[in-house]
Amino acid sequence: MLGGILIGLGSLLAMAVSGKVPGISGIAGHILRGNSGDTAWRVVFVLGLIGGAAIAFALNLGSGGFAIPGDRSLPVYAIAGLLVGFGARVGGGCTSGHGVCGIGSGAKDGLLYTIVFFTMAAATVFVWNLVAKGAGAG
Amino acid sequence: MKPCLLLIAGGLFGAGLVISGMTDPARVIGFLDFAGDWNPALAFVMFGAVTAFGLGQSILRKNRIRLFATDLPDTSASPVSKRMLVGSAIFGIGWGLSGICPGPALANLPELHREILVFTPLMLAGMAAAQRLFDLDR
Repeated sequence: MLGGILIGLGSLLAMAVSGKVPGISGIAGHILRGNSGDTAWRVVFVLGLIGGAAIAFALNLGSGGFAIPGDRSLPVYAIAGLLVGFGARVGGGCTSGHGVCGIGSGAKDGLLYTIVFFTMAAATVFVWNLVAKGAGAG
Repeated sequence: MKPCLLLIAGGLFGAGLVISGMTDPARVIGFLDFAGDWNPALAFVMFGAVTAFGLGQSILRKNRIRLFATDLPDTSASPVSKRMLVGSAIFGIGWGLSGICPGPALANLPELHREILVFTPLMLAGMAAAQRLFDLDR
């Protein structure tokens, strides 16, 4: 829960300084476009994010390692990367923007989009496990 | 001062992702696996993040506290769009396939795992494609 609180506080501080909803997919997307006036704060935030993560990794603060469930190959990660990036931008947000900030500020639309991507993610895991089990049995 | 605060905000966010285990795909997939070996730990992370952000933003708004922002963003619900519902569903499929969403895709970069080195650039490509296709402004 401590990690979650840090995520919430980081989002809060970024919002108070930038005046924007600090969703990660929106921040990354704006940096990619590069032509909006306020790219700088987003770049600094992302550098902080990567630096903070690097320090936490170096100090072994993680509660998990980095494990890939065995039956997921690199091509799966290639396709998933495209879907996550494309979907999060078309969907107007990801786990942080719709999830943490949206639900946290009581936005009903953020809650709805979160339910949609959460349900689809759980359904995908369910189907993946069914297919993997079937392949294993056959 | 402003860049400093944004660096700290990003740092809290990135460290929070590592500490909570959101950077571990197996842990995230375990959290999404309701039909199998469900690991509820990340529910507390989400709860902590939403609560910290929610309480904090209500305090900021009530006391009209702004650090550098001229105003805080309007987070009241906007009309639900079909496009954003479909995008969220696509994002969910990618998240379920990989166990990685945009924040952890960036936070994991310093560790140089090959899955991330495939996933994250393609995620950014997916974002760029979405912005091009839909001429996104947010």
